[in-house]
Amino acid sequence: MSPREDATRERLHDALRERHEEIADRWVRLQLEQTDAAELDEGQLRTEAAQLLSALMDGLSGDTPVRRLVASHRDLRACVMELSLHRARAGASPTDTSLAVLCLKEALLEAMQYTTRDTAELFAAAVLINRLLDAAGALSFETYVEGREEIIRRQSRQLLEVSTPVVQLWRHVLAVPLIGTLDTARTQVVMESVLQAIQEHEAQVAIIDITGVPAVDTAVAQHLMHTVNAVRLMGADCVISGIRPPIAQTIAQLGIDLSTILTKATLADALAAAIRLTDEPTLGPGSEITAAAR
Amino acid sequence: MTLYDEGYARGAQQADGPLRPVGLDVAPGAATTHAVMSEQDLLTVRHAVRSATVEAGFALVDQTRIVTAASELARNAYVHGGGGSLTIEVLGHGARAGVRLIVRDNGPGIPDLEKALTDGWTTGAGLGHGLGGARRLMHEFDVDTVVGQGTTVTAIRWNNR
Amino acid sequence: MNAPRPSAVPILRLGDVLVTGLLNELDDTSALMFTDELTERIVADGARGVLIDVSRLDLIDSFVARTLTELATMARLLGARVIVAGMRPAVAITLVELGLQLRGVETALNAEQGMHALGWQQAPGSSRGDSYDALR
Repeated sequence: MSPREDATRERLHDALRERHEEIADRWVRLQLEQTDAAELDEGQLRTEAAQLLSALMDGLSGDTPVRRLVASHRDLRACVMELSLHRARAGASPTDTSLAVLCLKEALLEAMQYTTRDTAELFAAAVLINRLLDAAGALSFETYVEGREEIIRRQSRQLLEVSTPVVQLWRHVLAVPLIGTLDTARTQVVMESVLQAIQEHEAQVAIIDITGVPAVDTAVAQHLMHTVNAVRLMGADCVISGIRPPIAQTIAQLGIDLSTILTKATLADALAAAIRLTDEPTLGPGSEITAAAR
Repeated sequence: MTLYDEGYARGAQQADGPLRPVGLDVAPGAATTHAVMSEQDLLTVRHAVRSATVEAGFALVDQTRIVTAASELARNAYVHGGGGSLTIEVLGHGARAGVRLIVRDNGPGIPDLEKALTDGWTTGAGLGHGLGGARRLMHEFDVDTVVGQGTTVTAIRWNNR
Repeated sequence: MNAPRPSAVPILRLGDVLVTGLLNELDDTSALMFTDELTERIVADGARGVLIDVSRLDLIDSFVARTLTELATMARLLGARVIVAGMRPAVAITLVELGLQLRGVETALNAEQGMHALGWQQAPGSSRGDSYDALR
């Protein structure tokens, strides 16, 4: 680090210490002026500003190079990420989010003007602030995108759960009518919700009805097999119903062995079979498995 | 040698190297190493891995997958490798989090890796090295083994939901 | 012949059924001792059935799976039926993905249904879930 950079850094640190409140105030104002104010709460902005500036001051007093400061200073990184996540969740636009950091540049540069009139020094300060906050901008944007992705993931997961309802059809009999394309992610969700429901309802038979499924490939068939095996390990049994002729053909052509699984043509047949299974208490749910596994 | 590829689309995609800002990869101090030299260590390691998966925000089923894989790998190092170590790293954060397990031993190595990886699958009774099973529970799985020198298994599972 | 050292796992006798449960803290040595003790007890008590409650296990790896499979095989040779009861959903999913099926092992949703399958009738009026919840 050059002596000049050291001196500039120290000056920025002093400016932050002496003009803490002014800078925070200016930053908040700039944000409110330049962005869609309706989405931002001023109190929240002020809290963010106070936290970030004090973290920044702490970071500048250390000896981490400015380029890496935002990434490696724990509090500072946390502040930037939290600020960006907050905006992502509040539905702010990406532009507004990056403006937040850009506004801080302006506020800091203005503050530096009070400390010196020397053009060379001011230029050095501008370079330093840019280096420092460009990293913050990158982190902010990345966090923002991740925050949005997280929301999307959560929503698609919720959608998956909504689209795979587990219903109690009879005493100790559950059914999962599957409609639409099955992929790996969805079959995983189906498997988890079926097993969870079996535990909650103490169900002895779970019927997976695939009447509404247009196609079954090897991966999906394997997941169905996994589901059936897991259901059996829990001490219940599984019936698959609604295998339509084209799907039966595919399964046969792919050479998938579903012979250990109890399959029925229609949900009604499956229910009848399930009721018979639950009506035979002396058999015990496990006997089916032993027979099938041998 | 990367051996695992089984329809975990999103996990695989992340493995290709997502764009990450500096400093998001590994939080400082997130890696811990535990000795695997006794049966008691096998239990200790499970607890440590469980805590790491909780910290990384994994749901219960994924936690169980990772802890079970760790248990298999640690047992291999203890039984077949004559003892070793397990390193746990929490990668990333939030929905992009992952857990990396590195299990090392200085044992005899695995002469026929392909066979070791298929054993558990075909016998179905845990008679193999448990390697194949552990591989199925993780998204990325890499075995580095030298006969007479030892084995290092590196495995990652991403929190892709 | 040396009697096996008693393992850390309690084994209770209810009529001709032995009832026991596995815990997470079970290490390999104790698991082997438990297998020995249980087979001895099946013979000594003339048991016709064995209920192993696994509802407290938060994972079943290949070692525990093999222990359970071997137990079931040995018990069958000795004329007793083994039922593994109360496996948690996450454990069942993981076990299947691990590639293990517990061949030849009978399963039940919870200890009560397992006992039922072994010929024990539940007391009238008791809710089916009670005993299971109490075990957790």
